[in-house]
Amino acid sequence: MKYGLFEPRKIGEMAPATKVVLYTLLLAWSLFVIFPIYWLVITSFKTPAAVNEGPFFIPWVDFKPSLHAWRDLFVYDLADTMRAYFNSVVIAFSATVLSVFVGSLAAYSLSRIEFAPNLITILYFVLLLIGASVAIGVYGADLWLTLAIVVAMFFLLARAVGRLYSVRLKNGDILFWIISQRILAPIVVVVPIYMMFQSVRLLDTHLALILTYAVVNLPIVVWLMFDFFNSIPRDLEESAQLDGATMIMTFREVVMPLSRTGLAATTLLVMIFSWNEYLFALFISTSKAQTLPILVAAMNAGERGILWWTMSVAIIIMIIPVVALAVVLQKYISKGLLVGAVKG
Amino acid sequence: MGRLFLTPAVVLILVFSIFPLIASLVMAFTRIRFTGGGFKVRYVAWRNFDKQFFGSEQFHLLGTFGPLSILAWVVGLAATLGLFWWLYRYCRTHFTVVGFIGRLITFAMALFLAWLFAATLLSGRQFGTVGTTLFYVVVGCGLQFLIGTALAFACSQHIRGSRAFRVIFFVPMMITPIGVGYIFRMLADTSKGPFANVWQWAGLGDWSWATDPWAARIFITIADSWQWIPFVFIMMLAGFESVSKDLNEAAEIDGAGKWMTFREIIWPQVLPIAATVMLIRVIEAFKIVDLPNIMTAGGPGIATESVSLQSYYAWRSLDLGSASAIAYILLFITVVICVSFFNLVVLARVRAKP
Repeated sequence: MKYGLFEPRKIGEMAPATKVVLYTLLLAWSLFVIFPIYWLVITSFKTPAAVNEGPFFIPWVDFKPSLHAWRDLFVYDLADTMRAYFNSVVIAFSATVLSVFVGSLAAYSLSRIEFAPNLITILYFVLLLIGASVAIGVYGADLWLTLAIVVAMFFLLARAVGRLYSVRLKNGDILFWIISQRILAPIVVVVPIYMMFQSVRLLDTHLALILTYAVVNLPIVVWLMFDFFNSIPRDLEESAQLDGATMIMTFREVVMPLSRTGLAATTLLVMIFSWNEYLFALFISTSKAQTLPILVAAMNAGERGILWWTMSVAIIIMIIPVVALAVVLQKYISKGLLVGAVKG
Repeated sequence: MGRLFLTPAVVLILVFSIFPLIASLVMAFTRIRFTGGGFKVRYVAWRNFDKQFFGSEQFHLLGTFGPLSILAWVVGLAATLGLFWWLYRYCRTHFTVVGFIGRLITFAMALFLAWLFAATLLSGRQFGTVGTTLFYVVVGCGLQFLIGTALAFACSQHIRGSRAFRVIFFVPMMITPIGVGYIFRMLADTSKGPFANVWQWAGLGDWSWATDPWAARIFITIADSWQWIPFVFIMMLAGFESVSKDLNEAAEIDGAGKWMTFREIIWPQVLPIAATVMLIRVIEAFKIVDLPNIMTAGGPGIATESVSLQSYYAWRSLDLGSASAIAYILLFITVVICVSFFNLVVLARVRAKP
């Protein structure tokens, strides 16, 4: 029996013609993905003349590679480059640790304990906050005094208000509230955050960016880790608790080791987002705490136009760590993301 | 004990997310003037919003209006009729009060956007930042979804080297948006970029895409897609791989063609994931700010400016009230569209999951 070009040989296999089309498409797309990166790398090894005189494609054939741009960035501007690099590492790393730690604690408690906060108490709290914002913003009240009054008012009257009328929320509502923070465009909250840090003199410090990034990424952590904790069997925890372990001990000794894959994926994702973040850094860090994306974006402002060769070097050193991490851990990322996506 | 676990997260969100959100709302109703040492705040009611919707900034946010063309009338009326029909059908089948109010809000937003589109672009005039942002969201996300899904499906077949393809396709997602912006500016340079000879051959050597509104918009969309197709790709790939093989082969043995197998067996199984992926992408796409800022600085004119970028420029010119008002307009549009999408598409798909 003979088979044509357009028929599969076996069930579950493809016809030769389909295969050819498929490979052509995949290779074409690979080219589309790789070419921009290739161009970036060769531009970093070009002299200004080689960039300006027109397109040259292949090193040693078209043009002579030089370390001119690399020298510029690493010898003459070493202090600036290294400071931004150091800032980025410190900020991305600390923000990730803080975010994953706080987020997984919250996710764990949401997946194991029934909460039932009263909606009325929450509304009362929000009203107090609105009052405080109006008092501070429009009437110029003292920031700390107003906040102290808000906190005092809340704790004094929360129970009384809560007793008036009771609408209980469920864990799902809390989870949705946390995840929905992701819809918030950074531009909506960045100006008040800027003013907040200004009033406590934390503008342009590492701490300001670490806190901001940690909160921005908190929804992702809670979302992914909640699904992950839900997929872990509970027998071990229960037996640990029977043996007299506290919740903190159970979390540290039993749950954490079991959720290593999920933690790895989440950590990596949050780290990448923090490493690449631009808008918050643009507002909050001006010089001392300047991160890499800001350094690169600022290179645009030179008098001689954009120095593409130096820019390429800066972009390369900025993307090397994340690309390396991602290629090595690609499998975990897709797995970790999927846990969140499938269960929605 | 459990409260202790949850409290840090809630406190952080309250301080850095909810409080700024409220403060921003208050600021949207004020005018802030910087004087010597500090600043003065004055309550101005709706004036900031008024300026954006009806006043001097109308062209910037919404676009330039003029008499409606015939095409605009046709499209606008068709959209209106379609929306009314949709609402009517809902009332006839399964009416609930909450569902109706939710759909009414969706209806109003869709009607507003349809007429905005008809009155600006279809009548031969410029649209503003809202239109530009929607262009990035609709065209960008659509493109990313189609290509990402196609690539994922191709990679989920039994082919050699699919692991290498996976790693390669994944890389752009890791690159900083700033980096992507500059890389694509280099590539698109018509005199020094890699395609300079192609441009010259086409007689476009002196032409610059950055001076043509549509070329600039499309170019930013391409850069954005280059970066985000990998995201759709890995999620959909994982989805395609979780599809059960038995059903697939059983269908083939029964004589179903490739296309039919895909439509009847595979697609329904990955649909919930597809809906979720789209939701995540749409949410993120509304925030677009770095690419237009880096690639065109919003130009030519305001052609590539997103709403976020407009708000940032307002902040830079120390107009904090307008910046907050614009940001709130963006937030409102985003929330209505995303919540509608979540309720009408994602939840429906997840519930219908076999």
